Amino acid sequence: MTYLSGARVLVVVPAWNEEEALPAVLDELTIQLPWADVLVVNDGSTDRTVEVAHKGTAMVLDLPVNLGVGGAMRAGYKFARAKGYDVAIQLDADGQHDPSEVPKLLATMQEHDADVVIGARFAGAGSYEVRGPRRWAMTFLSWSLSKVTGTPLTDTTSGFKASNRRAIELFARDYPSEYLGDTIESLVVGSRTGLRIRQVGVAMRPRAGGTPSHNPVKAGLFLGRAVLALLIALSRPVAPQVEAR
Amino acid sequence: MTGYLIALATCIAFVASLVLMLRNRRLKEKYAATWIILAVGICIVGALPVVVEWLADLVGVETPSNLLFAVALVVLLGVCIQLSTEVTALEEETRTLVEEVALLRHDVEQLATAAPRAPQGEAALTATEVAVAIATTAVAIAATEAAVAATDVN
Repeated sequence: MTYLSGARVLVVVPAWNEEEALPAVLDELTIQLPWADVLVVNDGSTDRTVEVAHKGTAMVLDLPVNLGVGGAMRAGYKFARAKGYDVAIQLDADGQHDPSEVPKLLATMQEHDADVVIGARFAGAGSYEVRGPRRWAMTFLSWSLSKVTGTPLTDTTSGFKASNRRAIELFARDYPSEYLGDTIESLVVGSRTGLRIRQVGVAMRPRAGGTPSHNPVKAGLFLGRAVLALLIALSRPVAPQVEAR
Repeated sequence: MTGYLIALATCIAFVASLVLMLRNRRLKEKYAATWIILAVGICIVGALPVVVEWLADLVGVETPSNLLFAVALVVLLGVCIQLSTEVTALEEETRTLVEEVALLRHDVEQLATAAPRAPQGEAALTATEVAVAIATTAVAIAATEAAVAATDVN
């Protein structure tokens, strides 16, 4: 591992009713990233997710109530801040994100001196296909968020992210829990408080929950909510800057 | 005229029940304030309907009762929005508490596995020490008694 040798890396896995997919993800993490600590955040699951998570070497944060991905992740960032981790990586429990791509995120973080690195689906690697209105919605989001963050972004709704200490410090305080808050709004919050955001192309596997929806009504609803989330995030007063680099 | 009396009585009962709930702490004052002001307003209107007519004339509403309806709608809208903001604040507080509980539970479990049997071990050690102390004391007493007996013989 060439990245900041000695850096303490925490992989945060938000899990909500993922008893079936989680064991494989945890096994893979142990094999692929033996140098990283793993924290499963059980987001108020009603199945056996906690038991499954406790079986391996992973640490477990057990939320008694379902808070949504954003809520689970803020708890994860709080944990990372309290235990003094240098980098926190969000990796979904459904097996969509490939643990062997994590070093790529870390390398990009170092290379571009970035605070947040997004693992993006449409940036060359992998074969993820979305068509129709949902595609337009995503294109629009990418375009506007690229403007906001000042860097080309192609996959703004990706949940595969690495955050350094500055980003952890911010996200532990302010990480939205609403729909799309953990992706779109957190990027806006991050870039407006002065975090440097970059992306790197990663291959993603089809998720266990099937293919993304091509229903135009759903896609329209998605676009509407995304635009609303974006506009509200942009109109918010800017939080005080995180301390200078 | 009985209609006005009934309305007036209802309003007074309303204010009284609000004050009662405040006294029993079933209602916080920050929520009750709106209702109390409203109820007192309705009491005044119920007692002196001319006030509405005068107000309607002032703002240019032709039918006085329409002014009442419009004002009532605005007040209810305000209360709804206030409740929404309060619910949002509560959700945020719940979220913070849930996070805190999870973090604490993690630390407690970690501590519990790190030192699982320490209290029992300590207790066992103390019991042994007590037994040794009792035995020592018994021996000492026996020795003293023997010495006393020897002195008596002499």
